[in-house]
Amino acid sequence: MTIKIAVISFPASNCDLDAIHVLNNVMNVEATLVWHNHFKEKDYDGVVLPGGFSFGDYLRAGIIAAHSPAIDEARIMLKDGRPIIGICNGFQILTEAQFLPGALLRNESLKFVCKWVNLKVENNKTAFTNKMNVADVIDIPIAHGEGRYFTDNLKELGDNDQIVFRYSNEKGAVTGDSNPTGSMDNIAGVCNLEQNCLGLMPHPERASEPILSPKGTAHGKIIFDSMIEFIKRRSA
Amino acid sequence: MLWEVEVVLENKKAARDPVGETIKRDLLAKKGYDKVLNVRSGQYLRMNIDANNEEIAKGMVEKMCNELRIYNPITQTLTILNVKQS
Repeated sequence: MTIKIAVISFPASNCDLDAIHVLNNVMNVEATLVWHNHFKEKDYDGVVLPGGFSFGDYLRAGIIAAHSPAIDEARIMLKDGRPIIGICNGFQILTEAQFLPGALLRNESLKFVCKWVNLKVENNKTAFTNKMNVADVIDIPIAHGEGRYFTDNLKELGDNDQIVFRYSNEKGAVTGDSNPTGSMDNIAGVCNLEQNCLGLMPHPERASEPILSPKGTAHGKIIFDSMIEFIKRRSA
Repeated sequence: MLWEVEVVLENKKAARDPVGETIKRDLLAKKGYDKVLNVRSGQYLRMNIDANNEEIAKGMVEKMCNELRIYNPITQTLTILNVKQS
C-alpha cells in the first residue's frame, strides 16, 4: 500500500519541510505539504502538525492555528482513529484545539532553549511509540520558548497512561536537572485517551538521520517507524 | 452606543509566572523595593464594542473570550476590569 501523510503548513510554520524530507526520503512514504486552508482529511492516512511559530505566536502559541479549517478536518481523523502528531508548535496547536489535555506555558527560565535532551519512554502502546519499550531512553533535540507543560489534572493524566515521554538523564532517571523548561512532572509528550494522537515538544524530524545527531543516533525515526506500523496495522 | 471594555488575562495561581517573578526578584528587590510582596504579569485587551448597553457589551466580551478561547481556562483567568462609554 502507498502510505499518504499530510504535513500541514500554517503561516510561519518552519519545520514543515524537515518533516517532508524525513517522511519522503528517510521513511519512503508519500508525504505532501498542504497549506492549512486547503487540507482535506479524506486523502490521507495520517497527519503531521509541524514546528514553527504559526501566526507569529500571536495571543498564545498555537491558538490562532487551532481555529484553522485544517483542525476541523484533523478532528475527523482524530475521531476515526488515524494518527496525528504535533511537534513543538504542533503540540501547542493540539492542546489549544483540545485534541490533547493541558497547555504549554513559557519556559521557567524565560529563555528559548535549544539543545539535545534525553527522553524516557513511558507508554509504548501509542500510535507513535509501538516500536519502543517502556523505559527506553532516546536522544532528541528541543528548540522552544514555550514548552512548560501544565495540566490542572496531573493524576488523571497518569492514571489514563497519557504521559508518553518524560525528560530524563541518559540513564532514564527523571530528575529535576534533566528538566529543561520547568515542565510539570518532566512531561515532554502526551497522547489522547485513544492513543492515536501525540503531542511532543522535541523534534523527531531533526533526529531521524545519524548525520544530524551528536551521538550518531536516529531515535526520532522510531517515532515515524511506529506511525507507519500503526497505519499498516489499521489497514490490514 | 460605543463601549470600551478592558480585559486582563493572567496565569492562574497554580501556574507559575516567571515574568512576574523576574520583575520582583531581579528588578524591584535588587533596587531596594522590598515592600513589593508579589508581581503577576498578564495580557491586556481593550475592545471597542457597539452595543445597546453596558451589560450587553460585557456579555459579548465574555461570550467571545469563552467560545474562541481568547483565554485558556486551563492556565489563565479572565477579568473584566472596566466597562465605560467610549
